[in-house]
Amino acid sequence: MKLVSDVTAPGGRRTLDGAFDVGKIREDFPILKQRVHGKPLVYLDNAATSQKPQSVIDALTHYYAAENSNIHRGVHFLSVAATEAYEHARARVQQFLNAGHTHEIIFVRQATEGINLVVQTYGRGHVQAGDEVIISAIEHHSNIVPWQMLCEEKGAMLRVIPVNDAGELLLDAYEQLLGPRTRFVSVTHVSNALGTINPIRQMIEMAHRWDVPVLVDGAQAVPHMGVDVQALDCDFYVLSGHKLYGPTGIGILYGKAPLLEAMPPYQGGGDMIRSVTFEKTLYAPLPYKFEAGTPHIAGGIGLGAAIDYLDRIGMQAIGTYEHELLEYATEAIASVAGLRIIGTAREKASVISFVLEGVHPHDIGTILDQEGIAIRTGHHCAQPVMERFGVPATARASLAFYNTREEIDALVVGLHKVREVFG
Amino acid sequence: MSDLRELYQELILDHTRKPRNFRRLEGATRKVDGFNPLCGDRVTVYLDLEDDRVKDISFQGSGCAISTASASVMTESVKGKARAEVEVLFQRFHQLVTGKSPATADGAALGKLAVFSGVSEFPVRVKCATLAWHTLRAALNDEAETVSTE
Repeated sequence: MKLVSDVTAPGGRRTLDGAFDVGKIREDFPILKQRVHGKPLVYLDNAATSQKPQSVIDALTHYYAAENSNIHRGVHFLSVAATEAYEHARARVQQFLNAGHTHEIIFVRQATEGINLVVQTYGRGHVQAGDEVIISAIEHHSNIVPWQMLCEEKGAMLRVIPVNDAGELLLDAYEQLLGPRTRFVSVTHVSNALGTINPIRQMIEMAHRWDVPVLVDGAQAVPHMGVDVQALDCDFYVLSGHKLYGPTGIGILYGKAPLLEAMPPYQGGGDMIRSVTFEKTLYAPLPYKFEAGTPHIAGGIGLGAAIDYLDRIGMQAIGTYEHELLEYATEAIASVAGLRIIGTAREKASVISFVLEGVHPHDIGTILDQEGIAIRTGHHCAQPVMERFGVPATARASLAFYNTREEIDALVVGLHKVREVFG
Repeated sequence: MSDLRELYQELILDHTRKPRNFRRLEGATRKVDGFNPLCGDRVTVYLDLEDDRVKDISFQGSGCAISTASASVMTESVKGKARAEVEVLFQRFHQLVTGKSPATADGAALGKLAVFSGVSEFPVRVKCATLAWHTLRAALNDEAETVSTE
């Protein structure tokens, strides 16, 4: 495959002719060498969680072996080293998202916590009885339930942007939903169940015409494409480290500084204060106001290492490679008799949800597992999506830049085996 | 493929394609919904209980091959049985699919249910095989709430 741009980053994984060297990339991921049920592992469940390159694993090990200490409080050598490493990781995230300031980057546990933080602080302060919050029909449960809880508490209404049969949001209907009662829009960048890439820049602009802030759930977007939060002009952006080739238990909430500054703290505790007396506590400035308690220091550092790794390859190169792989896979699995792809948006990330006539997705999952192939089956924490498309569940193959055409071929062979078992 | 053939035996596939007693039961005295929130499998068990005996039973719902076949074979296996007999059968079936059958177990006592022995090699599928049974037990005990495998 030829790349459009042929800028090789230092240490980048391109061969001299500009080809994306997936064989070399795979060597960076130790887990991919594994065999499952005697077959080479074919890991196609990247939307659930991605695998970790050796450099991330090494960063975690190095932290615990050489730097482990609590941050932001010690005067001793290790505490300073740990603090520097953690704050360096924050700066790496800021650069990765092109946020204006490092203090706009809040470490949280994962995208879910980022959304809950915004709901419980900004949401509770601004949403009142009779108000409306807009989400979309293709949200993950994590961007439905927290808003639903808030709306129930406040007597507000949750409005849902509908979707067409391809899995694309209907922007005309969205336009109609926006109005004087709208207090917030919370929408996913990329659908975890369908792969749809939403036109969020346009959607943010539409909300801003009503002075309505927008949170973008970027958990499924950041692994596949470069994201510039300033160009998008989103008010909040959340992501999960573990889907971005980093550790579990660490995620990011980006927020525009003026909004974050006006918001009350999410949790109280150590590290988020300036001074405490029994009469009154003064809160710490951003970002620490939102980071009560000892954080997942190793996780933050690991996430920084993951971003370093992705930068070496380049998000553009990753996006280009994955898109070609998606096209190859879409065509290849369509050859399986009775297979129907759910989610056929024009703009898609490398996620393929499908159903096979007469075979429940669980049975597909079990049979493929025997072939060493890992896919996700079920409702993907998006039950309203399943309902919209009239299926109880789907099978989902989600591709990463370390996946290969050979692995897609193995998936197709596996699907033929499924057909064989079910006759 | 041997483990797979063991799991997806012909009888199981037959019951998946043509589930028996798959209907709403007119005159049912009890009706309970079962749900596996992890995978979204749903089953509704209709029961006509007379003098503590399963006079008639049926089910509806949607699920994988294992859960559909298990519900289907279950309805055939418990029809006409007393509540205590059903409970004994459930315990034996549960031991079978979790791989905990005592060495002295009498395979014949399980009848057709024995085809589910392959499930024990697939621990994540045990809940598929037992969903209908948990729902049936709730119906027998007159628990109206939706039964969940979680």
